[in-house]
Amino acid sequence: MSEVITESTQKVAARSRPPWGRILAWGGLAVLLALLFFGLLRTQSGGKRIGARAPEFTLTTFDGQTYRLEELRGKVVVVNFWASWCKPCEQEADELEAAWRYYQPRGDVLFLGVAWTDTDKKSLEYLQKFGITYPNGPDLGTRMAQAYRITGVPETYIIDRNGVLAYAKLSPFLSIEELKSAIDPLLED
Amino acid sequence: MRNNQPFRDVSPTRRMTAALLWMVGLLLLAGMTLIFVPQASAQNPTPPPAISDDQVNAIAKEMYCPVCENTPLDVCPTQACAEWRELIREKLAEGWSEAQIKQYFVDRFGDRVLATPPARGLNWLVYVIPPIAILLGVFLLYSAFRAWRRSAPPPAQASPPAAGSAPASDEYVRRLEEELRNR
Repeated sequence: MSEVITESTQKVAARSRPPWGRILAWGGLAVLLALLFFGLLRTQSGGKRIGARAPEFTLTTFDGQTYRLEELRGKVVVVNFWASWCKPCEQEADELEAAWRYYQPRGDVLFLGVAWTDTDKKSLEYLQKFGITYPNGPDLGTRMAQAYRITGVPETYIIDRNGVLAYAKLSPFLSIEELKSAIDPLLED
Repeated sequence: MRNNQPFRDVSPTRRMTAALLWMVGLLLLAGMTLIFVPQASAQNPTPPPAISDDQVNAIAKEMYCPVCENTPLDVCPTQACAEWRELIREKLAEGWSEAQIKQYFVDRFGDRVLATPPARGLNWLVYVIPPIAILLGVFLLYSAFRAWRRSAPPPAQASPPAAGSAPASDEYVRRLEEELRNR
């Protein structure tokens, strides 16, 4: 009888001991999942939400000039993502250049071209071919594309004077009037 | 007699002028040679070493273009990837090493161009999670087997136990028989 009591006492003692191994294993798994969750959340945060603050960026152009969005407050900024291998980009190249020449004298509208996953040589050939004169630069590290979460090219984002994303177009502009109708309301403020 | 005089028999002043002209001419010729010979050689540079497709693809197969996800650069048919492969070819012709070329692409287009992401930032999880998951699995399996062994019934005994060897079982049998008798 005493052996029975001893055995059951041992079992109870074993049960009351905290299962450190399991706690460690499940705890580790929880920490890993939390890391993964917050990492993905951070990666996916921001992006193109009309009416929200536009993701900050720094663009260094092919001729070495640097543009920081935070330093462009007070101006309407038109950011156009393009690539030399992109045929739809060619459709809107003339419209964008014409619009830039139309707004440039005002001084409060800036066009910025961002070459996405393109080689410098081909980008420069493209700019020369279409006579593009507004500032253009490569998207180094595809950081801008990730910040704006672009899904392809061409894509155009228009940022108002306060740095708020006011307009997004995920296809080529078909006319200068279309561009004007997107920019002009932002200049009335 | 006057007509018999050699025609070249000119005055010393003329001779000096002619000598000067010769010197100027020679100097001009030397100058033009210095100016134009390097240009001529620049117009005919030594041709770059021919880079084969295999050499390009050896690097390209370890890279991915963001335009066409999940398609290695060496087999991607898009124009963008063709231009990237051409860029690799140019860099190889310039004498760049594989590591230099990959670093160039990472700087230009981000870590995502590499088939094997570098171990930094969130990328660490790619390297850490699999071994931890395996260790976790091994531990959980071990725990489960131990629990099953504990809960498994004792093996059937071939011979009846000696008296007093299993008091708990005897007690149980005694109570069971008593219950049956009472019915």
